[in-house]
Amino acid sequence: MNLPRTPSQTAGPFLSLAMRWPADGPYVVPEGTPGAIWIRGRVLDGAGDPVDDGVVESWQPDADGQFAIAATTGFRGFGRATTGADGAWALHTVKPGRIADARGGLAAPYISLAIFARGLLKQVWTRVYFDDEADANQADSTLRSIDPSRRGTLVAASTADGYRIDVRLQGHDETVFLDV
Amino acid sequence: MDERSAVDKEVAPATMQSATDPPYLYPDYVSTRLRAPSRPLVLVPHVLSEATGPIFGPDRVMAGDSDLTRQHAGDPIGERIIVSGTVRDAGGRPVRGGLVEIWQANAAGRYRHDGDDHDAPLDPNFSGFGRVLTDDEGRYRFVTVKPGPYPWRNHRNAWRPAHIHLSLFGSQFPQRLVTQMYFEGDPLFFQDPIFNSIPREARPLVIAPLDMANGRPEWALAYRFDIVLAGRHATPFEHGDDD
Repeated sequence: MNLPRTPSQTAGPFLSLAMRWPADGPYVVPEGTPGAIWIRGRVLDGAGDPVDDGVVESWQPDADGQFAIAATTGFRGFGRATTGADGAWALHTVKPGRIADARGGLAAPYISLAIFARGLLKQVWTRVYFDDEADANQADSTLRSIDPSRRGTLVAASTADGYRIDVRLQGHDETVFLDV
Repeated sequence: MDERSAVDKEVAPATMQSATDPPYLYPDYVSTRLRAPSRPLVLVPHVLSEATGPIFGPDRVMAGDSDLTRQHAGDPIGERIIVSGTVRDAGGRPVRGGLVEIWQANAAGRYRHDGDDHDAPLDPNFSGFGRVLTDDEGRYRFVTVKPGPYPWRNHRNAWRPAHIHLSLFGSQFPQRLVTQMYFEGDPLFFQDPIFNSIPREARPLVIAPLDMANGRPEWALAYRFDIVLAGRHATPFEHGDDD
């Protein structure tokens, strides 16, 4: 059976009514979790202007490379952050462990992101890799399949409390988006 | 054959793009012009990060979240309706325990959101959002009021057809879908670039027909909206036909 998929439509400008979780959305892990980091960034449009009405969702394994397997116990793995007036978002999480790649080796650590906003008729998919994993990144088969001049758009820079990465939807320095 | 093309052949990733989806760039919908990616998407092999996804428990949904007419002291103004359907994957399997979130304008065409400046009244008895988890057969059901159409500034005299926004999770993160449900017979489809961004033959998939069988006599009409998410990826770690 191969049913036709329901078409995607834009989340529109008022997605925060349902897709903002005020209590815990950005907290992939609770405050006080050992090893917790903030991943911060902005979403920018093709003119470099902030996207102030978007939602960034994240999915990742825990620090040991294990994905969540139950709703009520342990690591949630999922984060959800709205963008502010300056396009800024932030997720509180832990750096993920490495998982198996499609060739029987290990992938460099990464977090999957989906971004929703007015003007996006379907979400865009991207990943966050980490700049202090140079050797793993260098060997990663997915990163290696991407034009070297654009790879850097997927790599977050270390900061005092975590990492920083901007998502550029369009134009010069456009983020690499994935067909997942 | 260099090493990379050999790897690509071995992995043979399947595209997750759907022929029923709109393109990113649809210039008639003006907001896509500066937000649509312009570079081709990069196809990635499917590994565990694509074969897994967030799991939501009953704690994510409060009692009453599925009845948008019972979230305040009084009844909201408008035409009470029941919206129900099933969520399945492209293989026809029900999505069990999937989180369904909805948001919508009130009966006058106004959202309870700071960004909505349409000159229409807010309804003190209507917040306009709800959530529910699908049951073991993939079914969901909301009670709400029929949203009104409203003007927007996309083009001269632009009006959105009445619609309800829906956000859905399957069991794998790439199955994630945000869409809009429209109502059978809406006269505003012809001038709406968001609806018309969908390939013509796929547009009926977002139109909910009147559903007399699931309404309640003397109380509410119903509309049926069945949803199909992307198929689940099989991985080396599981069998595709298992649930």
